[in-house]
Amino acid sequence: MERVPVLKIGDILLVSIQIDMEDQVALQLQEDLAEKIVATGCHGVIIDISALDIVDSFVGRTLATIASVSRVLDAETVVVGMRPAVAITLVELGLSLPGIRTALNVELGIEMLARSRAESAPDEDEDEDDPAAVPAP
Amino acid sequence: MSEESRQIPVTTDQDVVRVRQLVRTVAVDAKLSLVDQTKLVTAASELARNTLVYGGGGTVEVSRVRNEIRAGIRIVFADQGPGIADLDLALTDGYTTGGGLGLGLSGARRLVDDFTIDTAPGEGTTISITKWCR
Repeated sequence: MERVPVLKIGDILLVSIQIDMEDQVALQLQEDLAEKIVATGCHGVIIDISALDIVDSFVGRTLATIASVSRVLDAETVVVGMRPAVAITLVELGLSLPGIRTALNVELGIEMLARSRAESAPDEDEDEDDPAAVPAP
Repeated sequence: MSEESRQIPVTTDQDVVRVRQLVRTVAVDAKLSLVDQTKLVTAASELARNTLVYGGGGTVEVSRVRNEIRAGIRIVFADQGPGIADLDLALTDGYTTGGGLGLGLSGARRLVDDFTIDTAPGEGTTISITKWCR
């Protein structure tokens, strides 16, 4: 089975899907990404789908799951590079990918992640592992 | 009237990828617009996955067709699986028995020009879709 590589660039994990994925490959990517987020402590994930000529409901759902899992692991996901025909088809299929942030290309995706990171962590001195977010029992 | 057709079995994940690739090739040959190619390949992917997951495998046949006015592509998905008991429900957005999003059948129907389904409990399911060149 083929595998989609996950690259670490600074604080970001970059995934560029270059193959027509079997369903199992998509599920493997979901697992690989979750593990890599935890292993690296990266706070951003960029998934480049510019090479995909279709996104069906399975891949769409996988992208949505990746975004949700990432969020739980304190990482933000941006899906970039969707082709216009893919966007039209997805919406007509009934999948508007709620909860998924998108950008037109990798560069804009990186900017988006940097901006949202700056907004969510205004206090530079704050410890990344601040337990304040965990509610008291 | 069918001009040429190709049939492939669908018994694995990989076969679903093969269906997508075959439909893409035929759609390009038939000079479908890019958006229509994308819609047809996406619909085929949804239905081929249904054939595999719900039908327990089956066959997909892709044909070039022509009527009095236009050329098009017809794809027939056939399985000998359990069939669909409540078709109206199965065609409802968001309804699923398999843990998916419930958009496969209903979404695929929106992406093509003609959609016919022939099914009964215990009798398998045959779905035929057609996309016409504009």
